[in-house]
Amino acid sequence: MEHNYPIKRIIDDQGFIVDKSFEKQIDEQLVQELFYHMLRIRTFDRKAINLQRQGRLGTYAPFEGQEAAQVGSSLALNAEDWVFPTYRDHGATITFGKSMARTFLYWNGRVEGCVAPPDRNIFPPAVPIATQLPHATGAAWAEKIKGTKNIAIAYFGDGATSEGDFHEGLNFASVLKVPVVFFNQNNGYAISVPMEKQMNSKTIAQKSVAYGIPGIRIDGNDCFAVYFETKKAVENARDGNGPTLIEAVTWRKGAHTTADDPSKYRPEKQGENFVDPLTRLEMFMKNYGYWNEEWIQVTKEKTTSEVEAAVEEMEKFPPPNVEDVFNHVFAEMPAQLAEQKDTYLAHLGRQ
Amino acid sequence: MAQVKESVPKNETTKQMTLIQAINDGMRLLLEEDNRTIILGEDIGKNGGVFRATEGLQEAFGDSRVVDTPLSEAGIIGTSIGLAVNGFRPIAEIQFLGFIYPAYEQIMTHVSRIRMRSMSRFSVPMVIRAPYGAGIRAPEIHSDSIEILFTHMPGIKVVCPSNPYDAKGLLIAAMEDPDPVLVLEPMKNYRAKREEVPVGKYSVEIGKGKKVSEGTDVTLIAWGAMISIAEKAAELAQKKGISCEIIDLRTLYPIDRDIIAGSVQKTTRAVIIHEAHYTGGLGNDIVSIINDTSFLYLRAPIERVTGFDVPVPFFALEEHYLPTPARVVEGIEKVVHF
Repeated sequence: MEHNYPIKRIIDDQGFIVDKSFEKQIDEQLVQELFYHMLRIRTFDRKAINLQRQGRLGTYAPFEGQEAAQVGSSLALNAEDWVFPTYRDHGATITFGKSMARTFLYWNGRVEGCVAPPDRNIFPPAVPIATQLPHATGAAWAEKIKGTKNIAIAYFGDGATSEGDFHEGLNFASVLKVPVVFFNQNNGYAISVPMEKQMNSKTIAQKSVAYGIPGIRIDGNDCFAVYFETKKAVENARDGNGPTLIEAVTWRKGAHTTADDPSKYRPEKQGENFVDPLTRLEMFMKNYGYWNEEWIQVTKEKTTSEVEAAVEEMEKFPPPNVEDVFNHVFAEMPAQLAEQKDTYLAHLGRQ
Repeated sequence: MAQVKESVPKNETTKQMTLIQAINDGMRLLLEEDNRTIILGEDIGKNGGVFRATEGLQEAFGDSRVVDTPLSEAGIIGTSIGLAVNGFRPIAEIQFLGFIYPAYEQIMTHVSRIRMRSMSRFSVPMVIRAPYGAGIRAPEIHSDSIEILFTHMPGIKVVCPSNPYDAKGLLIAAMEDPDPVLVLEPMKNYRAKREEVPVGKYSVEIGKGKKVSEGTDVTLIAWGAMISIAEKAAELAQKKGISCEIIDLRTLYPIDRDIIAGSVQKTTRAVIIHEAHYTGGLGNDIVSIINDTSFLYLRAPIERVTGFDVPVPFFALEEHYLPTPARVVEGIEKVVHF
């Protein structure tokens, strides 16, 4: 089975083009966009870990190593599309248009962090594994009925493919032939359980066979492979040809969360061969004349100041409103809930 | 026994309908008047549903609005979430409430809390319909009565009609509600009786119970299939000179506390009847409501006549699980002669 799903690459680990099919579509604008977003979310991610260590942020799920997968796939979308992320896909959602300050807020236990801008259909991150796949299928189904060209993308990890909702989401989508892309980031581990203990199949892409849909396996650390192959799947969905399963083979460089210690379960040298996706893009840029020191400097300063501004915005955000414990559970609060709220607020008032 | 009839609007055309026909009629109307309505479930299309709730609807509205889905409860609810946040008004049928467990995670972690998690940026105005309850000699697992798993779940409303009029009215109210509503349909009552049901649109307010009959000595509180048990018990009690008032809760969340308090304060006694298990049953919440609102009016401890703390038995023994009029009468006598 594995040989049917070779890992597609456009650039190799040294940043040289190995597949020329998309060469003409690679230009400075795309290269700079990929670099800017990957650097931006890397800066965010590292900042978040630091903030957590300083006690300024709650438990945080880092995504370092997965920047190419998240940025490449997100840039392949249109603003009108639907995004159904997990808690490790904020690199993708920030790239798609979610505010960095709100994302910091999410990791600080603030529900405001789930709220996407009004012009972006980004669902709150799914915490129960794989539950978002049927949602993406449903939202895509709605777009199909409406007759639009919009699509939905569901992000999920390798462990999610063991869940029933993975199957139910893909099965529904294939039966209904709805415009959805199932974007899997196979980062090698579901918390502590490696892929070989998660499934007997050698690839995730091959699971597409069961649903009669296309499945492709790409180098998830090659931002060009991710971008162009996702774009192909997205366009295919827009054209009414139904879902695609993409397996982006990548690597979770860090821990599952800041509360996790991978040295307990991951062999020390594992993952050494994975070339960092940003380093790979940097090599590509140097190999093909896209490396412009001045632009790089400006971009580094820009991303750093954007992240710093987001931290400031997060820390200056109004304190949580106690009433939000009760608000937003229903459109109109039932009498007994209103009574609980009033009683509790009165209690607080007496303290 | 004085009957309290809810008034059907005058000059409103009515038609004799069973409970299942009233549900079918309600869905037909909802499909007709709003093209965002989409019905999905297992065997609901050509087959018209295992109970015929959707009979004729796919023929009339097409297979893109009345959709036979894969056998996939989590998929049905999960895709309904996607449809609902993206502008549609799904009515999801779960074939039997006892089959809802694979979808429980979707309902618990998403249906009921996406409004809260997104601070109302997203909401899921959807209806989940599920036949529930024992007494029709169905195979095992088909007969569960687990309303409490949903009344305990913040963010979803639960209604449970006992008769054709309420069934259509509550279904329409559920569809008009901006939040998700679970409609529990007592399958034992699906074809139990026919009554006049308006053919047009009307709704029964969610959160409001109904006084089924007026009485003076004891209040019987029930819903769904237990209403007819309460009625039979009240008839038997009347022969013993005990006058029962019957309250049909109709909505299980949010519960109508006023109708419970008003009645118990008048009769000073209460018997709660439900077919769900005793421990952790909704009866406990009703006891609490009476405790909170009417403690000093009570002349006897509140009695609960319920199913037992056992899985619903195979149908050869199900009559021994379900509350019977005779068991209810014993409960009534216990509180009256306390």
